[in-house]
Amino acid sequence: MSTLALAEIPLDQRRSGYEQLSTASKAMQDDDTSNPGTLTVLDGEALWGRKVGDTGKSCADCHGDATTSMRGVSARYPAFSPAKGRPIDIEQRINLCRTEHQKAAPLAHESRDLLTLTTFVGKQSRGMPVAVVNDEKTRPFIEAGQRSYRARQGQLNLSCQNCHDDHWGEKLAGVPLVQGHPNGYPLYRLEWQSIGSLQRRLRNCLIGMRAEPYAYGAEEYVALELFLMWRARGMTVETPAVRP
Amino acid sequence: MSARALINVPRKAKRGEVIEIKTLISHIMETGFRHGTTGELIPRDIITSFTCKYNGEEIFATQLYPAIAANPFVTFHTVATESGTLAFHWIGDNGFEMTEEAKIAVE
Amino acid sequence: MYRLIITRREVLKTSGAIALGAALPGQANALGQMETAIRRVIGEAEIRKGKVTLDLPPLVENGNTVPLTVIVDSPMTKADHVKAIHVFNEKNPQPNVVSMQLGPRAGKAHVSTRVRLAGTQTLTAIAEMSDGTYWSDSQEVIVTLAACLEDLI
Repeated sequence: MSTLALAEIPLDQRRSGYEQLSTASKAMQDDDTSNPGTLTVLDGEALWGRKVGDTGKSCADCHGDATTSMRGVSARYPAFSPAKGRPIDIEQRINLCRTEHQKAAPLAHESRDLLTLTTFVGKQSRGMPVAVVNDEKTRPFIEAGQRSYRARQGQLNLSCQNCHDDHWGEKLAGVPLVQGHPNGYPLYRLEWQSIGSLQRRLRNCLIGMRAEPYAYGAEEYVALELFLMWRARGMTVETPAVRP
Repeated sequence: MSARALINVPRKAKRGEVIEIKTLISHIMETGFRHGTTGELIPRDIITSFTCKYNGEEIFATQLYPAIAANPFVTFHTVATESGTLAFHWIGDNGFEMTEEAKIAVE
Repeated sequence: MYRLIITRREVLKTSGAIALGAALPGQANALGQMETAIRRVIGEAEIRKGKVTLDLPPLVENGNTVPLTVIVDSPMTKADHVKAIHVFNEKNPQPNVVSMQLGPRAGKAHVSTRVRLAGTQTLTAIAEMSDGTYWSDSQEVIVTLAACLEDLI
């Protein structure tokens, strides 16, 4: 456990990226009718009830009303999958449901339908604390994620830690540096002008650092996502958030 | 699955009160000035006009250009004159059309 | 470029009319395009400073989505109201941003939207009043690029 505590931002100094938003962007996130993420959540309500696959089942057929059955679920993902012997993120969990229970093809990463479902499910955790599990099964993966986080990489030889632990609050090319917490994903990024996943954002960072991004769905991302969620434990889920 | 529009209209208002109406619609608003990965120009695909009618009478109209950000958000005001229906209508390139309605009770 | 913007603003303030001032090569297109677009919309009428407040963040978070508000000081009565609000920009490939038609039923001339800005530039909002007069406000907005750009997915 001691390696995890090293160089962490003290728990009481952690700040959500929300706090560094402009007043207008905060208003955009807070008001459901001006948050473009709400449009995705509404699409999710419809998709939740759509029958798919060989079984002709919808998510609702097994899970019923998402506002109760999915409450708090995203807040504890990535979670350990006994079947896979490793943690999986919410995208992989949804695709497991699709292939095993709906007998439907898995949804591609960053596809509209997958984003719609992950945003809809994520919204059911809004306002709740991030609550991923750190136990003997997940710890090796959290530590692997932490090693990724601290490793210098790419042409700029930067690690995530260099900016997001050591220099958060300062500016990079005129833009305030955030601590980099994943508590708002999937979120509406102004730069993308669309909703996007945590993996898409991590890829942006890797490309920005001139490092080779892993392929979508790589285990390295899940370990990093799990570490980031552990780093953000107890912070409030804001999905769907708005960020620049 | 089609785009949806979000309308924020107060459900109730006093006669003569000035109310704010907020509208948000899902649309890529492709400017027509961007190039794809092989250098080809991505064709324009935007919402070009948006109107609001209050019990059949047009109270607000707007013409949108590529400079309007994706997922157009437009807010305006109107005087709550009587109970009834606010009808919203968007038209755009490639035959895009969307309508939404909101009811208001004016006492 | 900076000098040219100040010159144009001073022309707007003092003579109250938009004049096609001497333009530096390379800047001529941007300014000329905006002037032409304005004239195409409102004709040859004189444009006065005042009554209009164009509200934009002076330094945007992201040029892809910039909140923009226009408020016009007007009683919005049948006799005296804002008929239309037009917004123009100088650096985007197209000079028009948005045009909105209001009227006495609006109650308040207060509208807002979100715009895209291709770079640091000045925007101009022009209000057309029911008595045939035109009023305007301009604001310069600084736009930086996002720190970590991505490939097209």
